[in-house]
Amino acid sequence: MSGTFVGMPAFPKAAHDAVRNTTLRANLKHATHTIRDKRERAVSELDDWARLRQAGKEIKDHTLHHLEHYLVQLEESVTAAGGTVHWARDADEANRIVAGLVKETGESEVVKVKSMATQEIGLNEHLETEGIHAYETDLAELIVQLGNDRPSHILVPAIHRNRGEIRDIFRKEMGSWGRPAPEGLTDTPAELAEAARLHLREKFLRAKVGISGANFMVAETGTLVVVESEGNGRMCLTLPETLISVVGIEKIVPTWQDLEVFLQTLPRSSTAERMNPYTSTWTGTTDSDGPQNFHLVLIDNGRTDTLADEVGRQALRCIRCSACLNVCPVYERAGGHAYGSVYPGPIGAILSPQLRGTGSEIDASLPYASSLCGACYEVCPVAIDIPEVLVHLRERVVAGGPATRNGNKVMLRPAKGHAAERAAMRAATWAFTHPAALATGQRLASRTRRFHPRTAPGPGKAWTATRDLPKVPAEPFRDWWKRTNGGKETNK
Amino acid sequence: MSSRDVILGRVRRALGGPVEAPDSYAKDIDRSYLREHGNRTTQQTVELLAENLADYRAIVHRATSEELPATIVRLLAGHGSRAVAVPPGLPDGWLAEADATQVHDRAENTPAELDEVDSVVTACAVAIAETGTIVLDGSPDQGRRRITLVPDHHICVVRVPDQVVSSVPQALERLDPTRPLTWISGPSATSDIELDRVEGVHGPRTLEVVLVSGG
Ligand code: SF4
Repeated sequence: MSGTFVGMPAFPKAAHDAVRNTTLRANLKHATHTIRDKRERAVSELDDWARLRQAGKEIKDHTLHHLEHYLVQLEESVTAAGGTVHWARDADEANRIVAGLVKETGESEVVKVKSMATQEIGLNEHLETEGIHAYETDLAELIVQLGNDRPSHILVPAIHRNRGEIRDIFRKEMGSWGRPAPEGLTDTPAELAEAARLHLREKFLRAKVGISGANFMVAETGTLVVVESEGNGRMCLTLPETLISVVGIEKIVPTWQDLEVFLQTLPRSSTAERMNPYTSTWTGTTDSDGPQNFHLVLIDNGRTDTLADEVGRQALRCIRCSACLNVCPVYERAGGHAYGSVYPGPIGAILSPQLRGTGSEIDASLPYASSLCGACYEVCPVAIDIPEVLVHLRERVVAGGPATRNGNKVMLRPAKGHAAERAAMRAATWAFTHPAALATGQRLASRTRRFHPRTAPGPGKAWTATRDLPKVPAEPFRDWWKRTNGGKETNK
Repeated sequence: MSSRDVILGRVRRALGGPVEAPDSYAKDIDRSYLREHGNRTTQQTVELLAENLADYRAIVHRATSEELPATIVRLLAGHGSRAVAVPPGLPDGWLAEADATQVHDRAENTPAELDEVDSVVTACAVAIAETGTIVLDGSPDQGRRRITLVPDHHICVVRVPDQVVSSVPQALERLDPTRPLTWISGPSATSDIELDRVEGVHGPRTLEVVLVSGG
């Protein structure tokens, strides 16, 4: 991944600082609890939720297992529909390709739809070095960009900012990026949104190049899908003459029909809505409707290395709904920045160390940024067993072992001096307000673990026939720490 | 070696060698999830659509096909609209009684020109009751994507019950993936500021849906 978070301290240190920031904690708590409760209601409306979740898991697993086939098919169908496909093995290559495509248009400004992939590769920063200004158009991304800040949540990247802070950022910064904030701007959300609308509209109406990611790519038809709320996505996908979409290779689904699963599970898991306000699909180019040049940049950037790990590859099923962030007790206290990556929360804790390797201190500490309570697995709409992957990655950090880096098989040595575990131990203590209470809760859950049924008995059986009830982790980290003498006697 | 070949090679090695072609896809995936949720009559499905549209703050109106032109006039007037964008194939008569200036959707229109337009009137391709969603597919009665995006006020006409389906799976069956689709559930909204919902950051701030029966 890119250098966006270079210089980031390891999770425990960053979490420690974040936990002491009371504004941040209050903002986060309010936000995650609100979405969490709403999500429950949105999900309970669908009485086939467990089956949709299972289907989502199966579709993604099937696709990953046949990824070569579907990548080739996607390339053919996008090309047949009038698009051009580019392949990028890492962030540098992707950035070079995009910068080159923008330069070909002769433009020095682009408008952007919020996209995790472009954040992951540090595209904006790269474009800036090539003299191209990239404007984020999602309201939260705009707040982050104007505030010279980093996103802290997948879905609501400025979740760590309250309205007063946002007003101050708008007043201070909007003028140097374009249309200044209106005189006398107050901190009511409606006024702030209106200021953003005016500021951005000026950019949309003149933009010649748009850059997006995609939530899904349909192999059989070459269709790309963007799911959003504000309409900034529609603006960027519709008004410019050239559209460049930068997408991870794992975002494929085989058929048009598959969207029926994800367009039901994604909005409900993500914003807790029956459907998000806007979904746009485009298949190559259409005569005089929307961009007349379409480029798809497919990025690897550690994904094939992740695919090579039989336990860890399930992280590639992720549809970035952010439900796991909102239920995570560690995320709630530490905030998104502590994860040192564009992917925060439980998914970040398993994805970043796989995409980037566990070489750095922050990446080695991420598998420990969890209490293994299992809530993330329970809400995940594609049933990623995050605790399982966390334990697997901890083992890799502590004991070393085979892994794949840049397509090559490597043998990892155990983390030096167990720095990671020592750090992790502190993280666990710092990240929680009431460590003792939490530990007790975990132990109880773990001890009764083998009594937790994997399927519901009695009349519930049919319902759970295709669904495993969430697993409780085998052993809380604290207990493991004690038992193994701080990880020195590993894997007993 | 090209990056394409490098990546495909890495995929192959990651999976332990070439993988056979996926001809078993249809039976690999358990699709026992529901095609629709609940048992409703056609009428009830239309009611559910109205309810869910309103729940996401679209304003719902009903009219017979005879009443439609007058309804549209009333909605345009209510919004104080002086200029209305018109897709090329909007049925004759829908705007028969409107005195707002009609701006026809042409490829030469710049986004800035569209920004001067107050309202847009379109038909739709399909509407989904369970989610309160209308889908536009760029057909002549809906026009290009931009005309329902830039103006601040969108009046969308849904023919009931013909254009109404219950669920997302039923909607996808009816839609053509080669067309550019826009799914709309309520007006543009954001919850980025302390999760307070604010309508209309970039798209139309007002969405009015007219459910038209009888022809
Ligand atoms: S891991 Fe699952 S819950 Fe978390 S963001 Fe990805 S899909 Fe959503």
